[in-house]
Amino acid sequence: MGSLLRIEDLSVCYESTAGRVTALDNVSLDIRPNELLAVVGESGCGKSTLALSIIGLLPNPPARVLKGEVEFKGTNLVQLGQSRMREYRGTEIAMIFQEPLSSLNPVYRVGDQIAEAIMVKRSREEGHASVESDFMQKTHKVGPPPPKASRQLRYRGRMTSELKDKIIASLKLVRIPDPEQVMERYPFELSGGMRQRIMIAMALSQEPALLIADEPTTALDVTTQAQVLKLMKELMDKVKTSVLLITHDLAVACQVAERVAVMYAGDVVEASNVFDLFSKPLHPYTEGLLSCLPTGSKNKVELKPIPGSVPDLRHPIIGCKYTSRCPYAMKVCSEKKPDFIEAKETHEVACFLHGERSGTNPSNN
Amino acid sequence: MVKEVEPILQTTELSKYFPVKRGLNPFSKSKTFVRAVDQVSMTMWKGSTIAVVGESGCGKTTLARTIALLTKPTNGDVVFNGKSIVNGKTDLRLLYRDLQMVFQDPESSLDPNIKVGNTIGEPLEGLMGWGKEEVANAVEKSLAAVGLPPDCVDRLPGQLSGGQKQRVAIARAISPQPKLVILDEPTSALDASVQAQILRLLLQLQKDYTLSYMLITHNIAVAEYLSDFMAVMYSGNIVEYGLTEEIMAKPRHPYTIALIASAPIANPWKRNLLQVEIRGEVPSAINPPPGCKFNPRCPYAEGICTREIPKLQEVSPGHLVACHFVEKTA
Repeated sequence: MGSLLRIEDLSVCYESTAGRVTALDNVSLDIRPNELLAVVGESGCGKSTLALSIIGLLPNPPARVLKGEVEFKGTNLVQLGQSRMREYRGTEIAMIFQEPLSSLNPVYRVGDQIAEAIMVKRSREEGHASVESDFMQKTHKVGPPPPKASRQLRYRGRMTSELKDKIIASLKLVRIPDPEQVMERYPFELSGGMRQRIMIAMALSQEPALLIADEPTTALDVTTQAQVLKLMKELMDKVKTSVLLITHDLAVACQVAERVAVMYAGDVVEASNVFDLFSKPLHPYTEGLLSCLPTGSKNKVELKPIPGSVPDLRHPIIGCKYTSRCPYAMKVCSEKKPDFIEAKETHEVACFLHGERSGTNPSNN
Repeated sequence: MVKEVEPILQTTELSKYFPVKRGLNPFSKSKTFVRAVDQVSMTMWKGSTIAVVGESGCGKTTLARTIALLTKPTNGDVVFNGKSIVNGKTDLRLLYRDLQMVFQDPESSLDPNIKVGNTIGEPLEGLMGWGKEEVANAVEKSLAAVGLPPDCVDRLPGQLSGGQKQRVAIARAISPQPKLVILDEPTSALDASVQAQILRLLLQLQKDYTLSYMLITHNIAVAEYLSDFMAVMYSGNIVEYGLTEEIMAKPRHPYTIALIASAPIANPWKRNLLQVEIRGEVPSAINPPPGCKFNPRCPYAEGICTREIPKLQEVSPGHLVACHFVEKTA
């Protein structure tokens, strides 16, 4: 199966007075159509940077793409300017963030915000890609503030019954009870789970080819998390989109993903289908992470924490970045960086233990 | 757990209501309350760990803060070490020698301008009345106990990583050699690998100092790992209480069942999360539904559930459930 999005040798750094931090170091990854790929890793491993660089929202400066490609349906997104990139955002690649309260506009009713998403899609389909709503201009251009006239009133005028039906339909799609009432409410009047569902409704009303979900359930309770993830998974099949799920929670990734990529200190160290990754992890870091998960009572399970801590990325590291914490570290590990290779079928890893064609797995005995 | 153990702390019908103002009139007399903790009775045993689990807003942190006398209870009694501590005559200094707390976010529970040595040492001067030398010794000892290098004494919290900061917070809590430590979400701000380190540390400390823990968490996996007993809270009430092992193996309250089913587990062959059948969300604490507060989300709810609040009843020795239809989940 061809890939929908292909990331190749992407390197991104943040520059500050304290030095240059390499947030992504030669990352290669691909997402296939209608697949849920989870990227897991601890804080600071570069998973959010990866998401932002796909959708072109890296804060620049301090962030800078050093090299590499993000190929989406044959176009290299890294090369696109902001205005071309904007045509992809929303309609082709949508994103939902961790904290729905800060990604919804607090002063507009929920229905109006969804209406806007629908209108933008429509205007793009009609070929007026340059016609943007003032909301988009406000967020992407620094310029004079938008005219004072209440945008809401203008929307009221344009709120045709057909548009209203569409809003209600998209709210129903994400199982919001009483959509007629909810669309009249402001984001602060809704619970966390509802807000996140509205973000999903807005993102999916565009029928994007790729949905990037950056920690979509981290701020939610477990029962709500279960509902939101279940919904996301069902809608994925309905709308036929691919999902890139960024999460720090291995268990969440394990529950919903088809493939999982593990990141460590700016590298993708392992990528595989979910079953192989959790039963036969190849990279020592993945193995370490898995043995950090409490999976039973203290009387039965012994946690084996990974010794040490994440290296300081301000200093360039030669060799594998996990060397200092790795129980299997060899001489070669601190001398050169292991390539990200396909050690087994559909199981890629960057580790010298799984060198050229050996295919053995010393970590399992 | 058949050992004869003494209770270290007991609460009887402990309640904490917060008044809420309605409208803009500051003189409005109409009083509404958030029943954050509502008639909670439970027992903690010496040397064991009780986990209080529940979702955000269920009152678990308020319960912990009320027990630690950080807020005054509205009603009810807390007996710690055989003495009631809520009558207002408690010498807090004596109390906090034996009862300490570790908070969720070390970022905000440590003063960024105070060196680690003083963060741990200063409370000891007041609490224990120790001199400089004794304090320095105790600081050194507790830093070693939590696995921090001795030169941490002169560092500021900003120079430490998240895991190290939480270690400092734990060192501060154990330094007066307390009997009970309340851990309020001790690992939820931490990454998986650091969480594992802290959990291991907590177990080690419990063994070394024979501590009792009250663990407040929303993370079922952490609760299952660390605790001997478990209390499940929903909207201010304890809905299920018992041995952790028993509850995890056979939860009886419909909410506990849903909660455990919603907790993701790291096993791709057991995709429990996508089978969960729970509806709705935690109700508002100001206007909770009448009767059993779980009734709008409960698959077994019947008429009685909207009228009567179910009482905790024993379903097997030491296993209490507050549900009108416990037999349905047997």
